[in-house]
Amino acid sequence: MATAAPTKKRATSKKKTTYSKEQYLEWYTLMLRIRKFEQKALMAYGQQKVRGFCHVYIGQEAVAAGIESALIEGDGIVTAYRQHGIALGRGITSDAAMAELFGKATGANKGKGGSMHFFSKEHNYFGGNGIVGAQIPIGTGIAFAEKYKGTENLCVTMFGDGAARQGALHEAFNMAMTWKIPVLYILENNGYAMGTSIERTSNVTDMSKLGLSYEMPTESVDGMDPVAVHEAVGRAAAHIRSGKGPFYLEIRTYRYKGHSVSDPAKYRTKEEVKEYQDRDPIKMIEKTILDGKIATEKEIKAIQSEIKEEIDHAYKFAEESPLPDASELYTDNYLQEDYPYLT
Amino acid sequence: MSRKLALRDALREAMIEEMRRDENVFLMGEEVAEYNGAYKVSKGMLDEFGPKRVIDTPIAELGFAGIGVGAAMNGLRPIIEFMTWNFAVLAFDQIVNNAAKTLSQSAGQFNCPIVFRGPSGSAGQLAQQHSQTFESWMANTPGLKVISCVDPADAKGLLKSAIRDNDPVCVMESEMLYGFEGEVPEGEYLVPIGKAAVRREGTDVTLVSYNKMMLPTLEAAEELAKEGISAEVIDLRTIRPLDYHTIVASVKKTNRLIVVDEAWPFAGVSSEVAYEVQKFAFDYLDAPVIRVNSADVSLPYAAPFVEAYLPNAEKIIKAVKEVSYVK
Repeated sequence: MATAAPTKKRATSKKKTTYSKEQYLEWYTLMLRIRKFEQKALMAYGQQKVRGFCHVYIGQEAVAAGIESALIEGDGIVTAYRQHGIALGRGITSDAAMAELFGKATGANKGKGGSMHFFSKEHNYFGGNGIVGAQIPIGTGIAFAEKYKGTENLCVTMFGDGAARQGALHEAFNMAMTWKIPVLYILENNGYAMGTSIERTSNVTDMSKLGLSYEMPTESVDGMDPVAVHEAVGRAAAHIRSGKGPFYLEIRTYRYKGHSVSDPAKYRTKEEVKEYQDRDPIKMIEKTILDGKIATEKEIKAIQSEIKEEIDHAYKFAEESPLPDASELYTDNYLQEDYPYLT
Repeated sequence: MSRKLALRDALREAMIEEMRRDENVFLMGEEVAEYNGAYKVSKGMLDEFGPKRVIDTPIAELGFAGIGVGAAMNGLRPIIEFMTWNFAVLAFDQIVNNAAKTLSQSAGQFNCPIVFRGPSGSAGQLAQQHSQTFESWMANTPGLKVISCVDPADAKGLLKSAIRDNDPVCVMESEMLYGFEGEVPEGEYLVPIGKAAVRREGTDVTLVSYNKMMLPTLEAAEELAKEGISAEVIDLRTIRPLDYHTIVASVKKTNRLIVVDEAWPFAGVSSEVAYEVQKFAFDYLDAPVIRVNSADVSLPYAAPFVEAYLPNAEKIIKAVKEVSYVK
């Protein structure tokens, strides 16, 4: 794969240790929560307690963590179907997320969305969208509404390198720049559109160039480091909030697992996967914390055991929660309460 | 009090009234602002509401439909104009996969109060790609509502209801009939979504139609009256939800049904009407239901093709005579 994380940016972010202990531990905690949640979700899938499609976020945790810490109250996020990590970052609880995977009434979406579709109005989370690239114009529209209402908020609109080849991206990029919409486009470049590498999907393999036809400001970011992501999102958000319109970040990351649970990922080498696992974002932030004496090993261990307990609880909560009543089939299709369904 | 208004002017009045009433309503589409609308439906609206609320887009149906969906999820009430529903095909992902499903996917957390509107149906010799109807396509999808109406008074009242509706609504107009005039009441009024209208009362046969096929249908009813056949004519106005109660009540009276539908015959609005009637009025039918549809082909360019393709009064009269067992 020709899209290894840029070393220059990593060096820049490593120099800075100006963040508070709380901030480091917040990143570490969220990333660990996502990792452990996904591992448990995969286990539950193997037990056939989770069905349907299931795309896990393992390897990409630093992206979710770095985005969240750089946003302000009221900012929105919309993303694609690999969305458990983003949803947890937004504040959907592990309990509600796991119960949703189990298709339970206590799930984030009452068991109606499943793995690809968590939403939370309370947390301005506009969902996981299952149609590749569909969320790119939608996120642009969410941001359009913020500008229309005159708020200072933006909408983070996330997509993968596969979605970046959709026409929807170009239509949205063009209108967002023309109308100076406060949207932050984030490409999570994990190198593969399902099983097809970037090199096989386009003549243009440097994904940071995609905004250039629209003169959209762009940066490439090391997605294995939450500090680098946080700082890039902060810079982009400042640009957007100053009224200058959209910004595009190409965040280079890597998914350790296949595209979905049914994908053995035979299209890439073990060496390639190992190369990234050697720079595992959670191990790296843990090392930074310990080496920099930001927190003690004891404190780290305490977080690890809290997260283990939280995820074990989520699994138990999901398992013990009731299934939705079949009568819920006829709710939430229309807001009109007396809609005359054909039966 | 009422006055004569063309369909385009009635639709414009609906949008203007709703935009004056609610700051969150805006109009977006190709040529809606500075050009005053490809068919002049939005004429003068830029002058009144300015470029913030009457927005010209690039030619990017998927993109601006999606921007509308996002804006609707985030508290606004967009009116998305398609120059024709034929171009909206490019935006079906946003209409069908997103606008229609947002409420269900989010388990009721996010609704999508958006109107997608534009002309549907043939408009002369426009050939294959510009002559299609889309009521059946859209009405197949739960989560959407579909209006298709050319009577200016009803179109105005229905569009106002659509803009205020909390669910996504597709509004099908008619390129041919934007100049079609009708009496439109003065002042504020709404026409409810989901209610058909009896346009002409009769006793011998029920003719059900909608959109611009109402014209040949009413023409046929007029001709039939001269021959002593009394036809009741129903204008569906809303396709989804379908007001089959009005149709069934009529068929119970007339015992015969013709459905006149510009859509293709397969799996269309006409099929659905026929199904509902056999289900709820089976014992009342004195003859099989007959549909008068456009031909089951793509519409070619030359004039004789258009004539042969579309339903017309002559074809409707022939169908009525068939179900009436008269020559």
